[in-house]
Amino acid sequence: MQIALSVRNLTKKFGDFTAVNDISLDVEDGKFFSILGPSGCGKTTLLRMIAGFYEQTGGHIELRGKDMTNIEPNKRPVNLVFQHLALFPMMNVYENIAFGLRRRGEKSAAIDKKVNDLLERVGLPEAGKKTIDQLSGGQRQRIAIARCLVLEPTVLLLDEPLGALDAKLREHMKIELKKLQTQVGTTFVYITHDQSEAMVMSDGVAVMNAGKFEQVGTPQELYHHPSSSFVAQFVGSNNKLHVTLHKGESSAFSARYSNGKEFSLTGTYDLEDGDAWDLFIRPESVIINPKESSASFNLLQGEVKAILFDGGNSRLLVTPEGSTDELVVALPQTKQFDDIQVKDKIRIGWDSSKSVCFKRADWKIYDDE
Amino acid sequence: MTTSKKKTIKWGFFIFFIPVFLWLSLLIILPQLELLRLSFMSTGKPGFTFKNYLAFFREPIYWLTFVRTAMYSILVTFIVMAIALPVSFYITKIARVKASGFLMVLLLVPFWVSELIRVYGWMILLRESGVINQVLVNLGLFKQPVEMLYNDATMIMGLVYTSMLFMVIPIIGVMESLDDSLIEAAYDLGAKKITIWRTIIIPYCMSGIISGAIIVFMLVLGSYLTPNLMGGKNSLWFTEQIYNQIIIYFNWNQGAAFGFLLLILSSLIIWVFLKISGQDLKKVIK
Amino acid sequence: MIRSLPRSTAYNTGFKTFIILYFTFLFAPLIVTMILAFNNSMFPSLPWGGFTLDWFFGNGPKKYGIFHDQNNLRSIVTSFKVALSVMTLSTVVGTLAAFLFEQEDFRFKGALYFLMIAPLVIPGVILGISLLLFANSMGTFFENIFHVYLKGFNPGFWLVVFGQFSFITTIVTLVIIARLRKFDRSLEEAAYNLGANRFEVMWFITLKYLRPAIVGGAAIAFLMSFENFNTTVFLVGSQSTLPINLYLQVRDGSTPVINAISFLLIVGTSMFAVANLYAGKKKT
Repeated sequence: MQIALSVRNLTKKFGDFTAVNDISLDVEDGKFFSILGPSGCGKTTLLRMIAGFYEQTGGHIELRGKDMTNIEPNKRPVNLVFQHLALFPMMNVYENIAFGLRRRGEKSAAIDKKVNDLLERVGLPEAGKKTIDQLSGGQRQRIAIARCLVLEPTVLLLDEPLGALDAKLREHMKIELKKLQTQVGTTFVYITHDQSEAMVMSDGVAVMNAGKFEQVGTPQELYHHPSSSFVAQFVGSNNKLHVTLHKGESSAFSARYSNGKEFSLTGTYDLEDGDAWDLFIRPESVIINPKESSASFNLLQGEVKAILFDGGNSRLLVTPEGSTDELVVALPQTKQFDDIQVKDKIRIGWDSSKSVCFKRADWKIYDDE
Repeated sequence: MTTSKKKTIKWGFFIFFIPVFLWLSLLIILPQLELLRLSFMSTGKPGFTFKNYLAFFREPIYWLTFVRTAMYSILVTFIVMAIALPVSFYITKIARVKASGFLMVLLLVPFWVSELIRVYGWMILLRESGVINQVLVNLGLFKQPVEMLYNDATMIMGLVYTSMLFMVIPIIGVMESLDDSLIEAAYDLGAKKITIWRTIIIPYCMSGIISGAIIVFMLVLGSYLTPNLMGGKNSLWFTEQIYNQIIIYFNWNQGAAFGFLLLILSSLIIWVFLKISGQDLKKVIK
Repeated sequence: MIRSLPRSTAYNTGFKTFIILYFTFLFAPLIVTMILAFNNSMFPSLPWGGFTLDWFFGNGPKKYGIFHDQNNLRSIVTSFKVALSVMTLSTVVGTLAAFLFEQEDFRFKGALYFLMIAPLVIPGVILGISLLLFANSMGTFFENIFHVYLKGFNPGFWLVVFGQFSFITTIVTLVIIARLRKFDRSLEEAAYNLGANRFEVMWFITLKYLRPAIVGGAAIAFLMSFENFNTTVFLVGSQSTLPINLYLQVRDGSTPVINAISFLLIVGTSMFAVANLYAGKKKT
């Protein structure tokens, strides 16, 4: 498959501050690729370099194999959907979409056909005469994307365009956007701080932190096999327990929890004395009142602190005995656990293959919402 | 980025910069410097002299007019402030919302009409043969017409009238953004009206009051028509002295010295205004 | 004390009376001036001598209405010419200045900005005399050095235009800057991104966006120029503008033809002002 966008050792410095630090990336043609990271991680800087609004300090950007270094933003075959869309309020919908075509000097008959085709494709065939403020949030979104797609860019860049929408519409637009991308087949590079957006829509995701990529992979890989403490925390929800690691007699590793309990682990770890570690276990991997009791299955006694009912996403907050931590535990709505009350003492447990440990690193993760 | 992009940016910059630079240097800086230079010259005689400034201090009529103008300008500014605050308050906070839009437009209309016509209106009303005298005599309240023009009180009223709106508009501007719930909260916490004005409304509107005060002060200090047409022979305004020197006596050097003194006075008082209120000019001008 | 809070009747009526008095104070001179334009009398005062349109259309022998008053008509034409020139110049330079201060970065920007707002705090009289003296010195300089006599440096049309331009441009600039500040720069970036060049971005996006402010600024410039007295009085030559011409008549006493002129100006500017306000409201 052809590579649409290729980034080689890209670096951007603002004075002493390195916003993007030696990043390399290949995005195949026709893929939906996301760059996921907390605000301030450098993802917007990366995007603006690709669009040509910032000049890189080092490295190269290639689009379909063509080096972009000396090409002006208005000559690059990439288009950007802005965070706040930047639709032109002084023009109607039709003129917004026709803007780029007119700048290319296309004939008005050709423009007319392309604009109407695209309005049809984004499901707003009657909207051409409308002004921007007559459109709803979701419609604006589609027009902003249409305005770029009409130019048939090699890569479409999207800068958190769903951020301004309310929660319900955002859920809806995620699916719309994914369908649209599949339908038009244009390569999308999407940046977001919302891991759910990235997971739902993308074929591939790069998790970015402090100017570097922590991990690049499919959403499933990131979720099930995080390669760093940051990814484990940032992608999906996770419980984090402070532990210390030991190598047992049978050369298997085990983790000692603060209440003295030993958890068995799978996998091998590079131990150094005095290292603090974190054990990560996802809420849905923790089983309430498990029947299992094999050696690889870890068990804990705990007290129910609170029941967080949220339909299919209901959870328990459980404090393990001898600890003040609060573990989030998935509460399946299968009637089976309906009798659990606050302050009940329950047993919880997980299979050792479901947990993963990383050296402790205190990432501050800010959520924009 | 590329050399070509840098070039276009520079090019654009000079298109913006050159006209602005020509405007400010040729029409503001150089004329002011010339004013300063000429104020130290004397007609006929070459060389540098303090004669024009000494004349100002030696002739009581000059410096008395100067002090009078400054004092009256400050007085007018305070009167305008005292009237503008309740007017703005009524329009933004008390009048019904629909009425307040209408009152705003009504307030602006006289502002667009030239100062000369507004002063002329007062002259027709107030002079000895004017409308008010005629009405009062006809009603039998006055035995005979009284000259109400050409005295200090009328002149001050005229100055208040012509500069009023430049205080009302900036105050309305900030007062509109004052959240009603602040006043409601103060009321709810037991504050009296006076306290609410003193602790909430006036501090909040300070930036508007100060920018209004500066504009009003400037206009009054530099006004010529109102003192000239409404004030009497004894109520000379400093701008009239400048006018006389330049237009009547043709003594440009003396006029330049007076002009420069007026400039210093206005800058000084504005600076004091800003210092007292702790505002800065950039913010106030906005 | 405000709409939502309980108020005593005394407070209410007191405040209302105050506001009514204030607006009476504001409008009394204007209304009286307008009414007396229709008075059939040789003087702009009571008693009421009956209704007449002579002060508009009269053509002698006793009463010359404004439309037959050559002296005043000429000054109105002069004022129009001056105002149009000032409006054009200040709008162009004011727009450039707004771009300079909002979108460019350069050394001494703060100092230049300070200079730009300085004309607001320099009394108009001083702007007038300083320009008069400067132009005179320049004229003498050119005459002595190059032996050319340049009429433009003498009091007259162009000196009036430049004198008014020097401070009206500041106001236009501030009006345009206020709107440019609210401009979302990402619109410009979006236009670049869609393939527009610098000129196209400026023309199709930024100037389109600024249009209400530019039109409003131009209107203000026109009116301020049309009414200016303080700066103009030092710079006029033989062709006086309307305010200068009216001043002499007001000072020395005149027929109600001044009332007729005032009537036209008040009605004209009010309509202009309301239209401007309405347009401004609709656009933003």
